[in-house]
Amino acid sequence: MATELNAFELNKEEIIANANTRGESEFLLGKRKEAVDKFDSLDMIKPDKTKVDKWDFFNVTSPVVESSTYNTLEELPEAVKGLIDLDNSKNIYVQHNNTPAFLRLDEDLKAKGVIAENIIDAANNHPELLEKYFMTEGVKIDENKLTAYHAALLNGGIFIYVPKDVHIEDPIQMVVLHDDKDASLFNHVLLVADEGSEVTYVENYFTNLESSTEKINIISEVIALNNSKITYGSVDFLPKEMTGYVNRRGVASDDANIDWALGLMNDSNIVYDNTTYLNGDRSESDLKIVTVGRGETKANFTTQIIHYGKDSNAHILKHGVMKDKATSIFNGVGYIKHGATRADAQQESRILMLSEKARGDANPILLIDEDDVTAGHAASVGRVDDLQLFYLMSRGIEKKEAERLVIHGFLDPVVKALPIESVRKQLKEIIELKVLS
Amino acid sequence: MASVLEIKNLHVEIDGKEILKGVDLTLKQGEIHAVMGPNGTGKSTLAQAIMGHPSYEVTEGEVLLDGENILEMEVDERAQAGLFLGMQYPSEISGVTNSDFLRSAINAQREEGDEINLMQFIKKLDKNMDYLEMDPDMATRYLNEGFSGGEKKRNEILQLMMLEPKFGILDEIDSGLDIDALRVVSEGINKLRGQEFGALIITHYQRLLNYVTPDVVHVMMRGKVVKSGGKELAERLESEGYDWIKEELGIDDETVNAEDK
Repeated sequence: MATELNAFELNKEEIIANANTRGESEFLLGKRKEAVDKFDSLDMIKPDKTKVDKWDFFNVTSPVVESSTYNTLEELPEAVKGLIDLDNSKNIYVQHNNTPAFLRLDEDLKAKGVIAENIIDAANNHPELLEKYFMTEGVKIDENKLTAYHAALLNGGIFIYVPKDVHIEDPIQMVVLHDDKDASLFNHVLLVADEGSEVTYVENYFTNLESSTEKINIISEVIALNNSKITYGSVDFLPKEMTGYVNRRGVASDDANIDWALGLMNDSNIVYDNTTYLNGDRSESDLKIVTVGRGETKANFTTQIIHYGKDSNAHILKHGVMKDKATSIFNGVGYIKHGATRADAQQESRILMLSEKARGDANPILLIDEDDVTAGHAASVGRVDDLQLFYLMSRGIEKKEAERLVIHGFLDPVVKALPIESVRKQLKEIIELKVLS
Repeated sequence: MASVLEIKNLHVEIDGKEILKGVDLTLKQGEIHAVMGPNGTGKSTLAQAIMGHPSYEVTEGEVLLDGENILEMEVDERAQAGLFLGMQYPSEISGVTNSDFLRSAINAQREEGDEINLMQFIKKLDKNMDYLEMDPDMATRYLNEGFSGGEKKRNEILQLMMLEPKFGILDEIDSGLDIDALRVVSEGINKLRGQEFGALIITHYQRLLNYVTPDVVHVMMRGKVVKSGGKELAERLESEGYDWIKEELGIDDETVNAEDK
């Protein structure tokens, strides 16, 4: 049931009592208290060009559902095994709905001080590190109603810390299996790369449900300290009728680099906010997003890169395919603040429409408060090129197959940027499924 | 039995404007025909319309392949029936490698379960690329993406050699080629020459015909074939231009726009 937003009341006592029974750290409990106290006074998000006042981001069946755990990777459901390179995968965390279900971290990395564990345990086990970065530099609790609601209901996620100068060769992967229709995901990912370190992180939100009316409220905070490099890949595939807010935030210090490759394949209605602060001089971010909308999915993809550092570089590339009655808004913002001399902000958004009833809107925005900078944008909303189809068909390829080839080609620049082969393969399969369905 | 491609009284419009005004032409396997003529006389339109370009509308006439009207077929069915159009401006398709594309195209013409064996395919591809003096990495590059003009034309001929159609229609395959590329492209066409292949070569210039000797030469003006002859016709056009034909036919303006003026 959709509820008027204004009518939604947070049950503060229940939230705190629930957290208490799970044995959470004082710190997390304090954050929840802060969140519930501020909740009423905070503003709702206002994504440009998407009206969300009828969206129910709040009512959940259960704040936490209990699901099974796995002793070995072999026990994982087949669908999840497909996402993982079973033979070579050294660093993997599996979350089953809201339950931490499996964890493996390379012994060498442990010895070097690398941390990867579920965020609730991490708050107990590594309080100093976690408390320093949890909702401080990235996303603030009181940024809006949904960030507060996230902190209040947080029920999963991972904390990853890479110590100084440690280069992690093998990716760290988180798989969240969503197979309980009562499960809401309030996941928090906190990834901190200390000075001079390097890490590749890939996450998969994966459902095998047709639909669920639960909520998604995911926040990722990605902190790259001086001279570190983070590659962040994701394939999200959550079911229709869920409502959500997915906020992935990057913070890059001097000479740091954050690269994003996101396959946003959810069938849910979601507002995606992907903002990266290029705080440091010579910091860089490359953001690639690919999406396929089908059915009646509504989504807003707001991507922002905000330059504070001198000589900071940003490149945004977003490609989307819209079919059926899907609607998507692509807002791309390159914001160069005063003092970010010689910054370079580039962005490109392309939407391919496959049906008359689909809607797509690409809005590139450049905000520039500094003189000595370079910036550029390109945006287009169009249909499959008749001449490309003619060319392929003139070689005997059927129209449907020709369309498929053109669509794959259109999405490929992002697909190939994903850092793990098995995840690339999964994304291709989801694209195939969504485009052909 | 040799296949026959018959174009009968073909009328074609683009955006409501008539470009072809009754083209008649018969091409048999084993023959190479050249279609020549000044700019704007409808040569490329003829090529595109036979293959089924979406912007061109056939308003009258037919194109028969062994008696069957191909104008009633989809573009891919025309290809499967044995037609190939080498394009003047091939599309670039990102994300699809040249070799994957070629394999899909070959398999599209075969029955399900009778797909080309991978080793066979690679062998044939290597051989043909070698013949066309193409850089081996062009097999793994995306289809025509970032190819130079000359590379695109070689790639069209590579597709022709891989697909081995009954009839190849080559639309200004020689434009923009330097002399080396022109030689290579011509050798590709000559390699296919034989009883199982017919070609309609559309060109502005005689120079391609120095390498690929046509059996028949047609001249188009005002959207029709106005003169046909043997290879000596092309030679005469090379040395004397088109004025003598215009004079002979009493034409001032040879383009398809003529009557509008």
